[in-house]
Amino acid sequence: MRKGVKSIETKHYEERDSFFDGLRRLDRRGFMRLAGLSAGIAAAKGLLAPQSFQLISVAEAATPGAKPKFSFAYISDSHLYKKELNDRFVRSLVRAVDDVNRLDPQPDFVLYGGDLAQLGQKEELALGKEILKGLKAPVKMMVGEHDWFLDMGDYWREQFGEPQYSFDHKGIHFVTLMSVNEKDFWTARNMTPMERMLTVAGLDNGVQSRFEVGAAGREWLKRDLAKVDKNTPLVVFSHSPLYKYYRPWNFWTDDADEVQALLRPFKNVTVIHGHTHQILSNQIGNIQFHGMLSTAWPWPYAPEGLPSLTVPMNRPDPFSNFDGCGDGRMEVLEGGLVDKLYSLWDRDPVTVKSSYLASGGRKDRPPTSRLPPY
Amino acid sequence: MHVRNKLGLAALGLGLGLGLSAWQTASADSSNPQHRVPRSSDGDVVIALCDGQTTLEVEGVKDPSSISREKAQAISDELMTAWRKKNPDARWDPPTRLVAQANPPRPPPASSAPVKAGGQTASSDPDEAARRAGANVQDGHTYGAFSARDEAIWKASAEQAVKEGHRVFHDAKTLGSTVAISCDMCHPDGSNTHPETYPKYQVQLGRVALLRDMINWCIENPVRGKPLAEDDPRMKAMEAYLYAQRKGVKLEYGKH
Repeated sequence: MRKGVKSIETKHYEERDSFFDGLRRLDRRGFMRLAGLSAGIAAAKGLLAPQSFQLISVAEAATPGAKPKFSFAYISDSHLYKKELNDRFVRSLVRAVDDVNRLDPQPDFVLYGGDLAQLGQKEELALGKEILKGLKAPVKMMVGEHDWFLDMGDYWREQFGEPQYSFDHKGIHFVTLMSVNEKDFWTARNMTPMERMLTVAGLDNGVQSRFEVGAAGREWLKRDLAKVDKNTPLVVFSHSPLYKYYRPWNFWTDDADEVQALLRPFKNVTVIHGHTHQILSNQIGNIQFHGMLSTAWPWPYAPEGLPSLTVPMNRPDPFSNFDGCGDGRMEVLEGGLVDKLYSLWDRDPVTVKSSYLASGGRKDRPPTSRLPPY
Repeated sequence: MHVRNKLGLAALGLGLGLGLSAWQTASADSSNPQHRVPRSSDGDVVIALCDGQTTLEVEGVKDPSSISREKAQAISDELMTAWRKKNPDARWDPPTRLVAQANPPRPPPASSAPVKAGGQTASSDPDEAARRAGANVQDGHTYGAFSARDEAIWKASAEQAVKEGHRVFHDAKTLGSTVAISCDMCHPDGSNTHPETYPKYQVQLGRVALLRDMINWCIENPVRGKPLAEDDPRMKAMEAYLYAQRKGVKLEYGKH
């Protein structure tokens, strides 16, 4: 190679290094100058690719506590069938794994948000486990109702351990809840395990009960939180939203109020949930809520109960296998709150910042959807 | 068989069975309502009408004997006249013809449907019923004369179609999916199907589409099945289900 001619990769890395060097010495004004000179123009329009230089987050660095501390990624709601039966959902999960593996820098860990399987069968869960092995970062598993109601979690626990656990990471206390327990509707109806599973798998199947953490789960949470300082930021993972959005579809946790009461004494609380397959944001008191995207299919917004802070995502295009689906990432800020990045496939990503929720929607509003839901 | 024959003769007036009076008086001891038929002093045949009240002594006809068809018709007419005098408002509408149904409603339609006390029934005289109700309505027209029970039956029939649509919509096998996908997986409660916006120009297809075109598009693509014929009962049922889900929503064809 001739001297002085640089490869594209070299140029990219040099540009990247000088970019981050520059940012280290940057005030807000300087940032705007730099942004104007570089890809920041795109960033300012919200066109930032998830794995590029994080201009938007850095732009807010002047706000105290809003500097990113570390990030973790998520993949959720893959609803795998056996791969001989349905390969599309398999390809979607593989795509999400590739997405997360391409993140640079790598996330500290990856949250799997539940509903790995469609009907809780061994082949489905084993296939999912196999695919998730491809992730470079460590995985934190959460259970969903589709994983659970065939054998009441026997196989899932065998593969992934207990569904409720907590851990501390870089000053944050993380809790994973099992929030998709249901009161027994099957014994009285003499259902087989598969009938029970199929009933729960139907989102609009009113025969099933409502999701709940349950008394035992809440007791566990109470004991777990007792040893945590109230100033320690909390991040809670639950499969169902830990509030009441739409009861008929179980976009709902029946004992959400009791669980929220346990979280209320803490200064900064963020709940990350799956199940709803859509961009979903909410704030109740001190608790911020973020939904996760599915890799399999998007759900429509429910006919009522949508939190007013949610800026709905553009109506998904049914003619695209992947539209409205995706994965994403959480930036944990110095202050302990979380900026939520929705990496929508084949679309521009959308960031919902903690400052947007904390300000009651006055600051940092995410882009409005062009095509509202019907 | 024997009993039914005799009742049939009396009601239709096609012939005369003799020895009726003897049978009618034979069992007079039970507590059920009895049609007590007087014996003829001359030993003539006495005929009891199936209304449980009317009797007719046929003069000059003894039991046993045979009579002509004309005589039998005359007896029958006389009985009918007597009955009409007692029931001047009665109408003899022919029974409605039974229409063959592909899916007979189940459970038995409207078996527990509310019937308005004192209201019209399927066999009542609509003009008379309207007069009784004191309503000043146009008379002499049977169309539109129906009861709450009729409406209940019709509603149950419509709901039956909707229910079948619900079943098809939620059943990957019935839809013919090769990948175990059913409609409800993306459209819980039929949401986001917006049937009220069709027909419209479907941009992705490059032509005007009806709801059924989109149903078939979904069956062919995400569901990966074979498209249904437009008059396939499953297609009709699903259309019924989807429209039922949007009751009260403004019809807005062409909306995007």
